[in-house]
Amino acid sequence: MTDLSPLVSILLLQAGYNTIVVMLGAAALGAATGIVGVFAMLRRRALVADAVAHATLPGVALGFIVAVTLGFSGRSLPFLMVGAALTAILAALSIQWITNRTRLTEDTAIASVLATFFALGIVLLTVIQTLKTGGQAGLDIYLLGATAGMLREEAIILALFSLVVALAVAAIFKELTLISFDADYARAHGFPVRLLDLAILALVLAVVVIGLRVVGLVLIVALLITPPAAARFWTNHTGYMTLISATIGAASAYFGAAISAVSPDTPTGAVIVLVAFTILLFSVFFGSARGIVVRAFGARQWRGAS
Amino acid sequence: MTSFLQIDLPAMLVGTLAALVCALIGNFLVLTRQSMLGDAMGHVVLPGIVIAFVLAGTTATWVMLTGAFAAALFSAMLVEFLRRMAGVEPSAALGAVFTAMFALGVLLLEQSGVARTTFDVHHILFGNIETAIWPAAAGIRSLFDLAALASLPPQLGRLAFGLVVVALIIVLLFKELRVVSFDPDFARTIGISPRMIGALIVSLAALAAVVSLSAVGVILLVAMMVCPPATARMLTDDLRTQVLLSLLFALASGVFGYAIAVLLPLAFGYEISLGAAGTIAVVAGLFQLAAMLFGPKRGIPRTA
Repeated sequence: MTDLSPLVSILLLQAGYNTIVVMLGAAALGAATGIVGVFAMLRRRALVADAVAHATLPGVALGFIVAVTLGFSGRSLPFLMVGAALTAILAALSIQWITNRTRLTEDTAIASVLATFFALGIVLLTVIQTLKTGGQAGLDIYLLGATAGMLREEAIILALFSLVVALAVAAIFKELTLISFDADYARAHGFPVRLLDLAILALVLAVVVIGLRVVGLVLIVALLITPPAAARFWTNHTGYMTLISATIGAASAYFGAAISAVSPDTPTGAVIVLVAFTILLFSVFFGSARGIVVRAFGARQWRGAS
Repeated sequence: MTSFLQIDLPAMLVGTLAALVCALIGNFLVLTRQSMLGDAMGHVVLPGIVIAFVLAGTTATWVMLTGAFAAALFSAMLVEFLRRMAGVEPSAALGAVFTAMFALGVLLLEQSGVARTTFDVHHILFGNIETAIWPAAAGIRSLFDLAALASLPPQLGRLAFGLVVVALIIVLLFKELRVVSFDPDFARTIGISPRMIGALIVSLAALAAVVSLSAVGVILLVAMMVCPPATARMLTDDLRTQVLLSLLFALASGVFGYAIAVLLPLAFGYEISLGAAGTIAVVAGLFQLAAMLFGPKRGIPRTA
């Protein structure tokens, strides 16, 4: 980490073609999580996202087992992602069922689903480790993320998926904004609040599954929570907030992937999360709308300006 | 018998004691709607443990406890700062801090080179209770041999200490804890501070997390803080009964979960192994599922 020149050259896109594509893929993912995160935060779905992310582990493990059984490579992305999506959906449904049908509160539903699904994933992983198939080490990256060894095609898939997510949000942006700030009003005016909440959950599921490869399932939730939390300090306008959150998410993933690419022993997910948290702390103090410094010194002028 | 004492008994004891201490305090987390706190605790103490180890160069109990407590305290202050000074939404503040602390812990682990020697991030996440062994055991008589008992794995002492402290405080302040858990407003009118008792619950959860983390891993910790109390809550309205039932389910999860991890692979004749921390947590989750489907008190009470 003492010699910064490799980092600088990577940041300026002078590294190999593959690295550039991977970093741009990560940035696209960061933008998508930043966008979806705004609504996940406003509709208080952030911790559900954490449970859903952890619940992808048994799916990844099952995907591996099925792929190997059918004679494919255990690391083939489609199997792992379909498996991850299926168990994540099951977890989301379980949380809903527990919250609606038992007297346990939502936090207990989230925590118990998170723990049980993740534990099942661990058990399956230990089984896989003893199978004599090879390729098990490849599953590690789904825990804490890695961009090393990522294929160009994978990065392009990430970017395309992220674009689809961004377009989906853009298509129903007005409705999402409305239910985020005044769900009762929206309901009274005939907006399908339940359906829109379901759409948010679906988008959360989508970015979590897409993000596993880069950030890992343990920390992906940070990309849904931290960029929107930081963005709120810069503006009160939902449209701008979404743009800023997307930018912060993209920047965190881009720089995180770059730092992780040049220094050994740095899990990509951990670095990305720390970059995002640093941006949050900076925003807390210097954010132009609600930052502490701004509030302390020039509250009146700034409020007038926004 | 000797190999059972050397390998299975210590691991089973570690898993079960961790299950008990976490379930005990978990009852109050579940009732005060703070179930995710166990998850947060399990994540934030990681950098504390790593920094303490790097600075002190030892995994002695007091070093681990100090580091973990410092990290938990620092995180709590950071969350409070983000919530009160900066106005971040509470669950976002918690989420941002616990992911950042865990990320810091993972990075420190990998960078300081202790990752492959002393701690493994997989063990922290998944737990590795199988490393608890008792090589000095040489038969049933070792159970009464003080010299042999002294070489029991150190996690056991840590867990027993945590269990005694948590149990003692809960017994002494049971009335206060009950009032605050069910009716904080009423508690205030009879002179019990919900804030003080709330802080006590959080501190005890932190203690339970610290003593369990390096022994059983984050995931067993989270599962045990939530699943046995949630299971018990489906069966009774009485808090005392709930706490006792949760301990029973924790004990059963520990014993059955460990037995499954050892016996299931044998039964299938494969040379495979199951992580016991995982199987214990899964068994606890299955108990909860059964209770949610069939428990007499599963529904939403009419007089909420």
